[in-house]
Amino acid sequence: MTSATVRPPVRQPVQRHGNGIRRGQTRAGLLFTAPAVILLVVFLVVPIVMALWVSVSDWGGRGSPFSSDVNFVGLKNYGAITSGGGLAESDFGTALRNNLWYVLLVVPLQTALALLLASLVNSRLLKGRGFFRTAFYFPSVTSSVAITVLWFFLFSPAGAVNALLRIFGIQGPNWPADATGVLHGLLAAVGVQNGPGFLTGAGFLGVSWWDWLAGPSFGMLILISMAVFTTSGTFMLLFIAALQNLSGEVEEAAMMDGTSGWQRFRLVTLPQLRPTLFTVLTLGLIGTWQVFDQVYTGSKGAPGKTTLTPAFLSYQAGFINQQWGQAAAIAFILFAIIVALTLFQRFVLRERGVSKRRMRRNGFITGADGAYRAADRSIATAETGGTDLTGSSRGDRR
Amino acid sequence: MQRRIPRTRIRRTVAAMAATAGVFALTACGSGFNDPQASGGASGSAGALSSSDQPLTVLIGSSGDAETAAVKSAVADWSSSSGTKATVQAASDLNQQLSQGFASGKPADVFYLGADTFANYAKQGSLLAYGDQLKNKDDYYPSLVTNFTYDGKFTCAPKDFSTLALEINTKMWDAAGLTDADVPTTWDQLKSVAQKLTTPKVAGLVTSNEYQRLGAFMVEAGGNLMNDTSTKATADSAANKQALTYVQDGLKSGWWKFTTDVGAGWGGEAFGKGQAAMTIEGNWITGAMKSDYPDVDYKVVPLPAGPAGKGTLQFTNCWGIAADSPNQAAALKLVEQLTSSDDQLAFAKAFGPMPSVQSAADGWKKIYPDYSAFIDSADFAKGVPTAAGNGDVVTDLNSKLGSLKTADIDSLLGTAQKNLSALQG
Repeated sequence: MTSATVRPPVRQPVQRHGNGIRRGQTRAGLLFTAPAVILLVVFLVVPIVMALWVSVSDWGGRGSPFSSDVNFVGLKNYGAITSGGGLAESDFGTALRNNLWYVLLVVPLQTALALLLASLVNSRLLKGRGFFRTAFYFPSVTSSVAITVLWFFLFSPAGAVNALLRIFGIQGPNWPADATGVLHGLLAAVGVQNGPGFLTGAGFLGVSWWDWLAGPSFGMLILISMAVFTTSGTFMLLFIAALQNLSGEVEEAAMMDGTSGWQRFRLVTLPQLRPTLFTVLTLGLIGTWQVFDQVYTGSKGAPGKTTLTPAFLSYQAGFINQQWGQAAAIAFILFAIIVALTLFQRFVLRERGVSKRRMRRNGFITGADGAYRAADRSIATAETGGTDLTGSSRGDRR
Repeated sequence: MQRRIPRTRIRRTVAAMAATAGVFALTACGSGFNDPQASGGASGSAGALSSSDQPLTVLIGSSGDAETAAVKSAVADWSSSSGTKATVQAASDLNQQLSQGFASGKPADVFYLGADTFANYAKQGSLLAYGDQLKNKDDYYPSLVTNFTYDGKFTCAPKDFSTLALEINTKMWDAAGLTDADVPTTWDQLKSVAQKLTTPKVAGLVTSNEYQRLGAFMVEAGGNLMNDTSTKATADSAANKQALTYVQDGLKSGWWKFTTDVGAGWGGEAFGKGQAAMTIEGNWITGAMKSDYPDVDYKVVPLPAGPAGKGTLQFTNCWGIAADSPNQAAALKLVEQLTSSDDQLAFAKAFGPMPSVQSAADGWKKIYPDYSAFIDSADFAKGVPTAAGNGDVVTDLNSKLGSLKTADIDSLLGTAQKNLSALQG
């Protein structure tokens, strides 16, 4: 209690509770958030903690993972899928390889397509915008199982896609059965059948570097095209919402500055869409790393394990092979990958201030309050034909 | 300052609440799980069966309505004669539902189990090893009993089984000028008739590109992926190499094609659509032909003999009983009834499976005289590997068999050998 004298008087409990109108707010707040918090804990936190425990235990799938005969085995399960040279390791490596190619293709494609569709249906010139919006969004609300079945039907060796290719004189591959990686296929077309020794000799996670570079298989292309088709509609919706929020004045101002349509899109619209772009890329990244239902209903990893994904591998390891520890370990590694990539993406897309050099070049100087203002008002005034746009707009804002 | 103090406090209290709720939830979950030790699961130990008046749940992985109805009626019959209530549930994903049951400590009492996955469950102690207590245990085909023996214990009663045989499209057979005397009995004859049957549009023989079909040729050459008791990997044997070389040779010369090459989902589809003059499938093909391709005339003959004599693969399921079942005694009685000669013949009539007991073989032949090749093949059939974890290895092998035409057989079998050997460790 000797230290009590040092304590600042503000920390006295009497002062915290004693201010009239706010009394009891804390308790009420907690009460109102309790249902949501409890639901989150029971259905999210507890299962995650259980899964984390399973991933470091020897639980075999019978009874509670917390019962006394389940032992802590450290990182053994993680070790089995990341080292040791066994089938578990090479399966995990293959699954990561497949999913990496899937992400690399799906995320940029679906984002670009969504943005394109959103710009199209957002333009005032288009007639029947409502129809197109519905049409583009439709695949997103259709059952993914139904679309998977349909997609595999389209890509069957005698299906519509190959019939279409035949019109152009191209003999299409046997899509669902062709395990050849696209890049390997291209290399084989120019006569390179086997990779150089430094690629085939060494590898990572039981998969040689040459195989890491195989590219998605033709079977995987089915899933990739399907993902782009179904999800770009959802993300189009996000982009439309963002586009409609943009103020027309900025666009008009850019027009007055004599920008071309493409310049306006690239330099004016796109930077303003940055938050939405981040959302779309993050959602896309998370969704593509967790791809499961298309594999489960469509290909089950075939052809030649080239559509095996970590999420499906985790399901298989658990429910089919009863290797629950390994299944949970795969899930947590996947989780780590997603978090790491999201953080990386956040870093890349962070809000960057325009560099001082660039600001100066554009005729701005730092004011006393740290904000930039036009260095030479007369230039701006002259350019806008006598009306002080910069000045008045700034005035409005304050 | 004023605003910051309550906020930290709220945060702290929320964290505390979350932690308390978490503990509550954990204890709640903990009590939800039956402790397997406490609930008297006599896992593996013979003799002490649990017994109570609790109703039984039967979980089946059904092939369709006919099978579900047949099992339901058989179980209902047993229920009314024994006085124990029992309900049948058709699973949509059997392995998943079984796993959930075992993990929660409240599994179905009696359920289907595949030969290739049963060891995974036996290893975790979820199964009651009741085989030796069956009254009719000597009636089962010995090779099926071997299939369901884990760790030296006859674990579960074989439900039924299937073997692979050769199906021939009789129209194409006659058109090629072949007669009954030409039915192939050796590999060379198979090759020569298949070549005769091959036209630009039809392949002589179409099979799926998996061990579950090509393995029959391994058996005919005297090999298999593992020994009969699935205790030793024999994948890289010379016999297996000989078998795959024969298949590879057929693929290269074009009289043998894989289903994926002709765009069919399985052998029966290629056969029914007339893309194949012959295929190799089990007795499940008869039902599919009847419902999907009723106009195709075909006959079923045993697979030709290889260098080591006759051989084929057999597939089987068993009736598992849960170690955590509260009424194992009644479950055992139910299984004895369901595997009896009479019940199995009723199933055979309803949806065609071959009885797992030898005493019913003649009865089956009477019902299906045209398909006797399947049940005759039981004499020389060998099972697929049953060691725990074999599923991954076979899947891995199958993924490589897809490109068998150009594959290096030695490295393919070598990988399988390495992976199967790792299962023993």
